[in-house]
Amino acid sequence: MATETMAWPTPRVASRPFVDKLHDWVTTVDHKRLGLMYIVYALIFLVIGGIEATIMRIQLIRPNNDFVSPQVFNRMFTMHGTTMIFFAAMPMVFGFANYLVPLMIGARDMAFPRLNAFSFWLTAFGGLLLYFSLLGANGLYGAGNAPDVGWFAYAPLTSLAFSPGHSTDYWTLSILVSGFGSIGTAINIVATIISMRCPGMTFGKMPLLVWLNFVMSAMVLFVISPLTAAQIMLLIDRFLGGHFFDTQAGGSAVIWMHFFWIFGHPEVYILVIPAFAFMSEIVPVFSRKVMFGYPVMVGATVAIGFLSMAVWAHHMFTIGMSANANGFFVLSTMAISVPTGIKIFNWLGTMWGGKIQLKTPMLFCIAFLFQFLIAGLTGIMLAAAPFDWQLAGSYFLVAHFHYVIVGAILFAIFAAFYYWFPKMSGKLYSETLGKWSFWLFLIGFHLTFDFMHIPGLLGMPRRIYTYEAGRGWEILNLIVTVGAVFQAVGVLVFVYNLVWSYFRGKPAGNDPWDAWTLEWSTSSPPPDYNFATIPTVRSRRPLWDLKHPDDPDWKYE
Amino acid sequence: MTAPYPNQTLPARGPVAMFGLIAAESAIFTIFVVAYIFYIGKSQTGPQPKDVLEAPIFFSICLLSSSLTIHRAVEALRKGRSMSFNAWWGSTILLGAIFLLGTASEWHRLIYNYGLTISTNLFGTTYYSLVGLHGFHVVVGLIGLITVMAFALLGKVKPEHAPRAYVLSLYWHFVDIVWVVVFTVVYVIGR
Repeated sequence: MATETMAWPTPRVASRPFVDKLHDWVTTVDHKRLGLMYIVYALIFLVIGGIEATIMRIQLIRPNNDFVSPQVFNRMFTMHGTTMIFFAAMPMVFGFANYLVPLMIGARDMAFPRLNAFSFWLTAFGGLLLYFSLLGANGLYGAGNAPDVGWFAYAPLTSLAFSPGHSTDYWTLSILVSGFGSIGTAINIVATIISMRCPGMTFGKMPLLVWLNFVMSAMVLFVISPLTAAQIMLLIDRFLGGHFFDTQAGGSAVIWMHFFWIFGHPEVYILVIPAFAFMSEIVPVFSRKVMFGYPVMVGATVAIGFLSMAVWAHHMFTIGMSANANGFFVLSTMAISVPTGIKIFNWLGTMWGGKIQLKTPMLFCIAFLFQFLIAGLTGIMLAAAPFDWQLAGSYFLVAHFHYVIVGAILFAIFAAFYYWFPKMSGKLYSETLGKWSFWLFLIGFHLTFDFMHIPGLLGMPRRIYTYEAGRGWEILNLIVTVGAVFQAVGVLVFVYNLVWSYFRGKPAGNDPWDAWTLEWSTSSPPPDYNFATIPTVRSRRPLWDLKHPDDPDWKYE
Repeated sequence: MTAPYPNQTLPARGPVAMFGLIAAESAIFTIFVVAYIFYIGKSQTGPQPKDVLEAPIFFSICLLSSSLTIHRAVEALRKGRSMSFNAWWGSTILLGAIFLLGTASEWHRLIYNYGLTISTNLFGTTYYSLVGLHGFHVVVGLIGLITVMAFALLGKVKPEHAPRAYVLSLYWHFVDIVWVVVFTVVYVIGR
């Protein structure tokens, strides 16, 4: 059988000089190494962004606190948002796609390995550029160091008059550079999936993770580019004296909002579709059932891809659009809950009647289901324009999108970490520590983000650096901050688990979960060439066919 | 076990990636075109487009006909006619260069005769950005074309390189098609 793995003895080279190893990593074009570099890079920025969030939460723990100055608070929320979206979430998503897509489609590498390395380094240096602002942004003006214009950097706040110095320049350049990296990787993933599939792997037999990453990458092409264009315009305004967003010369501040959110809203789906992808691989394996409704899942994902590009102005209800425009964006936003709802039923249908194994990845997946549902419900509330007029710019909105990004996306990423850690490292993680990290993070998450809705409903605006006593916000903010502590401890347990298991964990073997997709047919970690012989597949679950030759899937599909 | 799908052929990765790049570039141009259209007539000071712009018909014909010449060049390379390839590929470069010359002379006229720069008014900002973005893509395309030409003159471009030349020609066609849009927006609608 073609998919059988050859058991190569792993040669233990005594100890190569550190410089040699470093040289290997820096010059690598291997999709697995680049994937791991993306993931580690994203983890580092996740911790940095988490520290910035913690600083904000300490500042808000009680009224009239003066832990940081208002200026520093502005920089913290700007850096937190920018870091988490562009340098934690995006690289994380691309890292897993890089690592898994070629393995799952039975390819030896991406379509363009060198473009892959180039894109990674663009993203990496983009992140460095953002943080270099701490040193280099003062310019001749003695103005603030880190960017402080918010992660969506509304005009005219970004104009030279209101943002002297170079902090905004570093912000826009870092996003421009990492955006080029994202476009490069997206082109690479699309070309890999179209052109590098192993024999027999038609589009209808691709694992769902591959399908969903295909949709995600296609979206990146159409969605990151408008942001790139807008950043070029901002640079023209700031460096060449252009007037794109200069209201005094007839320019428009609102058009920046449009351009930003044409990127900004689909971006959420670029991040959550890979989370759906992790769910669609992990839930079937730990339910011991085939994925329920594969074609519907694909169709719903494509529908989300299209719909998500027609909803951006629901971020802008408060600017006073016409009633027709408001009506359109209310309806298109509500329409998107249909395909997302279908997906929830796909996963529920997969679990229904299955032999559910409550391993750590599955726990994160189940939490995802609940939390994504609640995030969707508050999303429907905010999609109603009149409700949004009341609560846009309040902590209710902050709680809503953190419910999506943390409660859904980050939980799915944790699930993916635990699920594929044995494949990537060759070691089993500690199930006990895994469960500890899950419960700590779950409790922390709900303490923080459940209670964050309420001060929003009570009228607490986002981005304020402090508040007065006696408004009924004190105890709620205290709870929110306490939750952040739980989350931080949960992340520490998670990181400790990864590091400890990497050095001390039991060997994982090729296929610790008795799973069905091609990456589990090769050794852990996979060799440089992935597969000794290129596999041939006949169904969506090639390893099931291999393990059950008497009852293969391809008889029924 | 014999492979059940011995004759599976997948699309070549080069054109797929180029179409991906073209999709992304189209989105960038779309945003600049939207900004241009949105700001038509919003400039608060002169000069206005109708006072200073003249449609560059000749240079546009040059650029558009270069699509035809590059197509003939790739066809010639496929059939192994290297002299013919050199001639068609060289004329593509020439036509592209003439177009850039046209843009340069137009910008020179606007800057020195009418004092219109990128910071003069909204029209200047949007005009130089959009036409400049397109011109930048022409320059990038020309660098690619000239690189291939240098190899061709050294006798290194063989018929087996035709698929790669084809990928570059896709980019060049895209640059030409974008000019149709830019021309329509800047010189027809915007004037």
